[in-house]
Amino acid sequence: MKLVETGIGLEHYLAVSILLFSLGLLGVIARRNVIIIYMSLELMLNAASLALVAFSKFNGNLRGQVMVFFIITVAAAEVAVGLALIVALYRKKQTAHVEDLATLRL
Amino acid sequence: MENFGFYIFAFLTLLCGLLVVANPFSRNPVTSAMFLVLTIVSLAGLFVLLGAYFLAAVQIVVYAGAVMVLFLFVIMLLDLGQETRRKIKVAGLVLGGVSVAAFAALALKLVHESDLARHHGPAGFQGSAENLGRLLFTDFMAPFEVISIVLLVAVVGVILLSKRDLK
Repeated sequence: MKLVETGIGLEHYLAVSILLFSLGLLGVIARRNVIIIYMSLELMLNAASLALVAFSKFNGNLRGQVMVFFIITVAAAEVAVGLALIVALYRKKQTAHVEDLATLRL
Repeated sequence: MENFGFYIFAFLTLLCGLLVVANPFSRNPVTSAMFLVLTIVSLAGLFVLLGAYFLAAVQIVVYAGAVMVLFLFVIMLLDLGQETRRKIKVAGLVLGGVSVAAFAALALKLVHESDLARHHGPAGFQGSAENLGRLLFTDFMAPFEVISIVLLVAVVGVILLSKRDLK
């Protein structure tokens, strides 16, 4: 096995990234609190960043890291807008529970 | 030494990530937010191991600092406190868990069977502020300018959204 010789490789980092992404996905699917769903989304975003940084390192190319830089910036903007939406929603409905927010349900 | 660091940080990241999503001891959103901070800090540790020093700093300053303060601020503002327990839909939970597990298994198998392990990258590869800044202000000048417009749009959007009488 090549991996045993070289220690920690790209595979290991990608495995961590995949598991973290799955945790975030599980949170989005299983939890019912809007804020916690939003935090799980952040978890998924961070997992993607980790994959990009790992690829960047093991390909010797800095562009992946620039991408992560942009992801962090967009995530900050996205969090601000999303939380403003949640606050506006809470003002109208007085709840942060997704099952009570069913106005769009067919 | 580096391997040791990887296992520590990877374990911490995954453990804290799990505690964000499913904490058996507390259903308070503040606890989840605190564990999200820990997840982000351990991810920054992984970034350092990968040579992305500047990104690790940005990750801690922007994510663990600014974004999480925003989260905590909103949680406190809404005064969510202890989440009331409701009846869990078992079928949904099981189906969700199975599909997520299937996704994880597929992706892990894909990574394992690909020939990614042959990549090593050059030694001494570093994402220092200097290297990253040089790339950011040459090849990525246009996206860098566009991202400032994105931030401006977000600011305007948030001000509009937080007006009391949304029309």
